[in-house]
Amino acid sequence: MAKFITLRFLQGILVLLGIYAVTFFLVAATPGSPFSTERAIRPEILAQIEAFYGYDKPTWERFLSSLGNLLRGDFGPSAVYANRSVTAIIAESFPVSLKLGSISLAIAILLGVPAGILAAVKKNTWLDYVPMSTAMAGICLPTFVMGPLLALVFGLIFAILPVAGWFGPEFVILPSATLGLYYAAYFARLTRGGMLEMLNQDWVRTARAKGVAESTIVWKHCLKGGLIPVITFLGPALAGIISGSFVVETIFQVPGLGQWFVKGALNRDDFLILGLTVLFAALIVLMNLLVDIAQVALNPRLKYD
Amino acid sequence: MKLVRNAMLCVLAAFGLAACDREREVDIASRDGILLYGNGSEPKGLDPHLVTGVPENHIISALIEGLIAYHPTDDLSPEPGMAESWEHNGNFTQWTFKLRDAKWTNGDPVVAGDFVYSWQRMLTPALGAEYAPMLYVIKGAQDFHEGKTDDFSTVGVKALDDKTLQVTLEGATPYFLNMLKHYSFFPVNPRAVEQAGGMADRGSKWSTFDNYVGNGPFKLKTWVTNQVIEVERNPDYWDAKTVKLNGIRFFPVENAATEETMFRGGRLHITSTVQPDKIPVFKEKMPDILHIDPYLGVYFYRVNVTRPPFDNPKVREALAISFDKQLLVDKVTKGGQAPAVGYVPAGIPGYPTSDTVQYNPERGRQLLAEAGYPGGKGFPKAEILINTSEAHRKIAEAMQAMWRKELGIDVGIYNQEWKVYLDSQSNLDYDLSRSGWIADYVHPSTFTDMFTTGNGNNDTGWSNPQYDRLVQQAQVAQDEPERLEILHQAEELLLKELPIVPMYWYTRVYLLDPRVQNWNPKLLDNRNYKYISLAADKNGTQ
Repeated sequence: MAKFITLRFLQGILVLLGIYAVTFFLVAATPGSPFSTERAIRPEILAQIEAFYGYDKPTWERFLSSLGNLLRGDFGPSAVYANRSVTAIIAESFPVSLKLGSISLAIAILLGVPAGILAAVKKNTWLDYVPMSTAMAGICLPTFVMGPLLALVFGLIFAILPVAGWFGPEFVILPSATLGLYYAAYFARLTRGGMLEMLNQDWVRTARAKGVAESTIVWKHCLKGGLIPVITFLGPALAGIISGSFVVETIFQVPGLGQWFVKGALNRDDFLILGLTVLFAALIVLMNLLVDIAQVALNPRLKYD
Repeated sequence: MKLVRNAMLCVLAAFGLAACDREREVDIASRDGILLYGNGSEPKGLDPHLVTGVPENHIISALIEGLIAYHPTDDLSPEPGMAESWEHNGNFTQWTFKLRDAKWTNGDPVVAGDFVYSWQRMLTPALGAEYAPMLYVIKGAQDFHEGKTDDFSTVGVKALDDKTLQVTLEGATPYFLNMLKHYSFFPVNPRAVEQAGGMADRGSKWSTFDNYVGNGPFKLKTWVTNQVIEVERNPDYWDAKTVKLNGIRFFPVENAATEETMFRGGRLHITSTVQPDKIPVFKEKMPDILHIDPYLGVYFYRVNVTRPPFDNPKVREALAISFDKQLLVDKVTKGGQAPAVGYVPAGIPGYPTSDTVQYNPERGRQLLAEAGYPGGKGFPKAEILINTSEAHRKIAEAMQAMWRKELGIDVGIYNQEWKVYLDSQSNLDYDLSRSGWIADYVHPSTFTDMFTTGNGNNDTGWSNPQYDRLVQQAQVAQDEPERLEILHQAEELLLKELPIVPMYWYTRVYLLDPRVQNWNPKLLDNRNYKYISLAADKNGTQ
């Protein structure tokens, strides 16, 4: 297992370096510049600004220098937000996204997985139809519809929850619910599918014939295998949730990473784009590694190789 | 099912009761004297010499005061700021300011030398201050900034003593006091700047939360990125007794729908904007909170005159007069904007608006026929370049439809992200490009200067030596009526050749809680927060 993790870790580093290089050159090839403004800057002023951020150097030289900085753990300055480093921006916004993501994920798992198990066990009854129809509605109802809807009902009509900001525990409820309910719908569908596959196995029929209790079949024998699709989806879902959902963060004015993702892209803030891309990629690599480990733990037929 | 229904009713009732009891954020803030301000976006920074945006200006003007401050009701009148009095030499080429006793938040006295230092910093080439050309009105400033000399004593700004600042200008500039309200002329604290890396350090940390030094009515209290910037009353401000608010919270809300929800949910006293589609609803249902103020700006399309068929002035004129501007503002923008029948917006004293570009589709069709495209036949494929925005798209679609109807031509719409759009516009890689221009100060020159040959903001490829001469003449005119007359001639020339299609003059549309007092309509929307107060009563009565 240690060899597996080390190998995957090294592979992950190579993947990250590859992503960094591709992103850097794609960004460099994109038209526009972080220093373009509606009111034209005189060429001599622009030259000073470009020199300050190293844009007076050839692209490959900038790449090597930024790669060197990255390896030292420095993402460089923001090219748009004066006096702010990308590291400081990430340090400030990542905990917010982590908190929002963790709570949303908890909501998603706590609602989605039991609903999926229930639907599978009570297949073709109202206990299957109601949660699955709700889940289907949840999947079809994107966060940009669900968010304003929740804000309207709980923020404006009943006026019991704040609709924007991130100042206290009550501010966490609506954004986490919006994000959590969306993912709960996916988890419910995946859990139901996984559990049904397990419950329809021949050995389950044999176990039932031998008189093994239904609860033992569900919880002891089928749950591990039934959750494998959920675990597989968990990796990218977790990375996506934690790195911030732009839509939810925008609707509820949550100061997390998601807002910076879009600001970075729209402002052509190259250093910020690169820093966030590496962070997002690192999260995906890490989460996929954890998922792989969890999958082997859940399914003995898989091996660490 | 009955049980479920009853449970739901109980939950709803509980919500309703909770809602009744809950005191809203605006109520608490009003009681505490804190203004809750929707400020559009996260500021790029708070260094007045390095920023260029409106949200930044809103915050900086609470923290730093220049020689001349914003007047509470009128963006044309000078309000004493750090200067308690001033005089000029009769022909407006030399100004002398007497400074008052005032302090920086680090305890330093505000002295004339601070302004000399600040303007030297602004003009130091290595700093790369984008707004440095605003200071070119000062004698020798341009030469210093362009590196033709590194001797700052050649620049026309001198501290005669700690309390006297003398400024010598390139030419007669009666509107210099208005220019001084712009944050590019604001002072910075020399000690704070020097301790953080020096005047030429673009990465200086003096303006971060921990190091910020100001001299304005408020000082920084909190700065949480993408969340809130809070300022609190500065007890050492020279006119602290006039300051009524205890603080201001600036919320960087970019999404107009979120901002509206925040306002309606009782979390803002004022919004930065209103979605155009919601304006009629507010007009009808909540007219007391919807505000539509004049704003010194113009929305227009740039025309790339280097590309056929737009190199033909007849085609440009046909485009400019063949759409119904009134219909555009009534049905699309909906914010009380005025149809731009000229270029320079209304509101500048002594400068009547031009009415040259009137809606006249019949003449438009005739001009297009004379240009070789009768009924639009044979008109080459052209596109309107817009940056990503639903509002710009709607306007472009309306223009598309009106030009198709009146002239029989088909134009497409080409959407680009902001920075790419700016790049395309400055490289003249477009046919027609949506544009807007907001005045930096109240004077027509802020609009007319940009279309001179080689001006970085021209971006149309248009050049006219006569126009350049007129703008140049205006800069050295001996009196203001003469200057305005010359600029008017320049504007008429611009509107004759039409490298632009003027569309409408801006308004500032926002939602305002009735409790906010002394928030008066202003041409540039600049606020002197020391005059703003909050009434205790929800209806705005004191």
